[in-house]
Amino acid sequence: MGWAPGWAPGWAPGEKLCEIVAMNTANLLLVAPEIWVLAMACVILCADLFIREERRGIIHMLAVITLVFAAIIILRAEYDATSNITFNGSFIRDPMGDALKLFTLVVLAMVYTYSKLYLRRFQMFRADFYSLSLFALLGVMLLISANSLITIYLGLELTALSSYALVAFNRESARGSEAAMKYFVLGSMASGMLLYGMSMIYGATGTLDLNEIAVVVAARGDQDMMLVFGLIFLVVGLAFKLGVVPFHMWIPDVYDGAPAAVTLFIASVPKMAAFAMAYRLLQTGLGEFHADWQQMLAILALLSIVLGNLAAIAQSNIKRMLAYSTISHMGFVLLGFLPGTDEGFGAGMYYVIVYSLMSAAAFGMVILLSTNGVEAAQLDDYKGLNQRNSWYAAVMAMVMFSMAGIPPFVGFFAKWLVLKAALDAGLLWLAITALVFSVVGAYYYLRVIKLMYVDDPETDFAIDAPVDFRAILSINGVLMIGLGMFSGPLIAVCIASFSW
Amino acid sequence: MDWPILSILTWLPIAGGLAVLIAGPHRSGLARLLSLAVALATFVVSALLWGAFDPASAAMQFAEIKPWIQTFQVNYHLGVDGFSVPLILLTTFFGVLVIIASWDTIQRNVHQYMAAFLIMEGLMIGMFSALDGLLFYVFFEALLIPMFLVIGMWGGPRRVYAMIKFFLYTFLGSVFMLVGLIYLYIQSGTWAILDWHQFPIGMGAQKLLFLGFLAAFAVKIPMWPVHTWLPDAHVEAPTGGSVILAAIMLKIGGYGFIRFSLPITPDASAALDWLVITLSLIAVVYIGFVALVQQDMKKLIAYSSISHMGFVTLGLFIAFAIFRNPEVATGAAMGIEGAMVQMISYGFVSGALFLCVGILYDRLHSRMIADYGGVANTMPWFATFVVLFLMANAGLPGTSGFVGEFMVILAAFKANFWYAFLAATTLILGAAYSLWLVKRVIFGEVANQEVAKLSDLTRREALVLGILAVAIVGVGVWPQPLVGVMHGSVEQLINHISQSKL
Repeated sequence: MGWAPGWAPGWAPGEKLCEIVAMNTANLLLVAPEIWVLAMACVILCADLFIREERRGIIHMLAVITLVFAAIIILRAEYDATSNITFNGSFIRDPMGDALKLFTLVVLAMVYTYSKLYLRRFQMFRADFYSLSLFALLGVMLLISANSLITIYLGLELTALSSYALVAFNRESARGSEAAMKYFVLGSMASGMLLYGMSMIYGATGTLDLNEIAVVVAARGDQDMMLVFGLIFLVVGLAFKLGVVPFHMWIPDVYDGAPAAVTLFIASVPKMAAFAMAYRLLQTGLGEFHADWQQMLAILALLSIVLGNLAAIAQSNIKRMLAYSTISHMGFVLLGFLPGTDEGFGAGMYYVIVYSLMSAAAFGMVILLSTNGVEAAQLDDYKGLNQRNSWYAAVMAMVMFSMAGIPPFVGFFAKWLVLKAALDAGLLWLAITALVFSVVGAYYYLRVIKLMYVDDPETDFAIDAPVDFRAILSINGVLMIGLGMFSGPLIAVCIASFSW
Repeated sequence: MDWPILSILTWLPIAGGLAVLIAGPHRSGLARLLSLAVALATFVVSALLWGAFDPASAAMQFAEIKPWIQTFQVNYHLGVDGFSVPLILLTTFFGVLVIIASWDTIQRNVHQYMAAFLIMEGLMIGMFSALDGLLFYVFFEALLIPMFLVIGMWGGPRRVYAMIKFFLYTFLGSVFMLVGLIYLYIQSGTWAILDWHQFPIGMGAQKLLFLGFLAAFAVKIPMWPVHTWLPDAHVEAPTGGSVILAAIMLKIGGYGFIRFSLPITPDASAALDWLVITLSLIAVVYIGFVALVQQDMKKLIAYSSISHMGFVTLGLFIAFAIFRNPEVATGAAMGIEGAMVQMISYGFVSGALFLCVGILYDRLHSRMIADYGGVANTMPWFATFVVLFLMANAGLPGTSGFVGEFMVILAAFKANFWYAFLAATTLILGAAYSLWLVKRVIFGEVANQEVAKLSDLTRREALVLGILAVAIVGVGVWPQPLVGVMHGSVEQLINHISQSKL
């Protein structure tokens, strides 16, 4: 795509480019977290050349430090509703974005702790993992803060390309390469759809800035065919990125084929970006079309919840099972979009954050139980876990109950909020169907618990992990019940960040 | 009183359960002692609650309220009235008994077993005292988890089937209630159950809400035809699990009707009372026949539970039929009181019967009626207790079983002769399956070598059964303390549901 004149809304013929730049230099502070992550990703890329293999732990430390400081920079930001947009309207800072970025960083820190053990056990402890995932993080952060179609596309591609490479991270694994290939082909197709939709929107409105698109659309009304077509293609692209039915085909294969450490990453971090992207495109840009996209999302949500839960029952591989469970969870996230209110989006955001935490813990358990060279990917690997180690069995049980949506675990509160959103939108039938299928879904989570508590173990390998791994996994597990019993604050944060 | 007594009752057993979990992996003895201490302490606190409770008032007492999820007006709101206090007492009472009864019959993962029961006890007390809709639902659902694990970890051969069926069945029922609760919140802007009682709702919405509640509570209590999980769960659960399931968990359904269905949707309850009454009568009669043909003692008692729970639902909904009958003005209160007495009394009886089956099972590892015969010859003390409990099961006057059934039948009479007639068949059916069981298992010649070698009750078993026998005869002879404590609340409920909310 070329630089079409007028893509930058502040730009008018005759105005000097340097003036625009000067106008915006102060606002670089808004982008400071992204700049920091970019810089550190490059530093890690270079540092790896000078660090000997046995001291590669330093890279891990550097990556964690990157996350910590990124969080600090985000927390120290000062902006208000008049000074939160920079780069000529293509980048926005708001509490929703900040909260999502913070949770992305938290989850990624967990991911790094879990992955380190995995990469060591599988002799894949290379710095590329860190630099690639930091580039993906940069893409995620950009996507969360995107305020124009261009930034959205940039963030999306940066995340996607880094993820493709990560899936193929184990060069010796044929399945990994196959998964990466599938992911790449289908992902590119989805990007193409999204881009096509964007070009229609741009053609119809003459602008890339989401706020200005909203203004034009409001003036134009929701009857414009070109806009409706654009919207459809955007929703297709979004559905692919979220992984909802019928654009879910890549999810099971990628989750299964990728190394567990990468699956862990893909299953948690980019989901938050996909949520933000959907919010920005659908609500900020095309809020006028609420009635149209509400119907589309309702159908996507319904199909995902039904198919995800049914297909998960048939799986004997826990990575595939969790993949289908992800599909149904993303269906639930979409329920939050339906009423088009701040409360609804807050519910969706809460769900996606909670989902990321649950999913991180679940894949953390997969990694914990993996022995040297063999992933604990079969459900049977969980047999008798209670007898082998009752604490980790309890952690896994909490995660499974939470995913099934049983109170007092946090997953219940997430489901409760999105159901309320669906009822707010007047979609009683959808809420009831979703709930009935969450009962169906409870079956396969309960099956894991049954394997752990009822059956006898098949191996007696001692479960062992470094202390940081055990601590983080335990905290992650306790969060399942802690965030549930004290669910008020996080819910308040999520709702408040939309009514800013 | 300044002490948050309900919070203590709820969280003391849960905290105790966690302590047992931490303390006991390698010290089963310590786990048992600690659990017993916690259960006893909880029982003492609940006795204090009973003592301090003012039966004259129908208002919620010992109320505690703290904001929980402020964004959505959810509160941590506890309080008790005349309906919850007896049930809480029943819970803490069985909390102690179950731990004594499982003292040395459970040998594997003792600490987890004890902790599961303590946590379950706390959750049940929290549920009986919750006055916030979401809080109630959280306790209501969370209860499934420990029971699920108890059936699965210490259950019989088909435990996996039973545990999954138990969980999914009750979960499916309760999600409909969840939709109803969220709907109520959206309409009324509050989660307070007492405010919902006063909140006017149109007939169409009331009917849907009523059906949502019915789905949850009918499965829980359980009513025919959604009862099929219960025999499986009972048969496969360990003795302690069966006892808690029969004595307390089934009462949750009845309590739910009293707390939600009747006061929140009185008009729909009145309009659809034929549905509940019909299902109740089918349960009483048909399930009574089903119980008659059982080969497995636990299954027989499980079916007898379902049949007796039919009385509870009948007593609760007969009030509406009485309102419609212009010839009688009173009697509605008797139905509801009878239902409550039936819940408590049948809690004692079914708990005791499951313990008796457990005692036989511990010795012979069989629950089949055909494997026994002439047990009275080798276990005379045991036989005495069993006969007493089975008589109470059949509703013999002088035992607690009589009081509730009599009150409900009397109330049914005021509504419609045929309701009373069908309900009264239980006196025949109940006596039939109870006495036939006595004949086949307890009396007669010693059936085989194993029975000849049986040893009579140990001191621990005798203690547990003795306490229950005292409770059953006590309530049977002098039900006044039990009825008195709920009288004010029953009056208020009758007043409330006799007025339309439309």
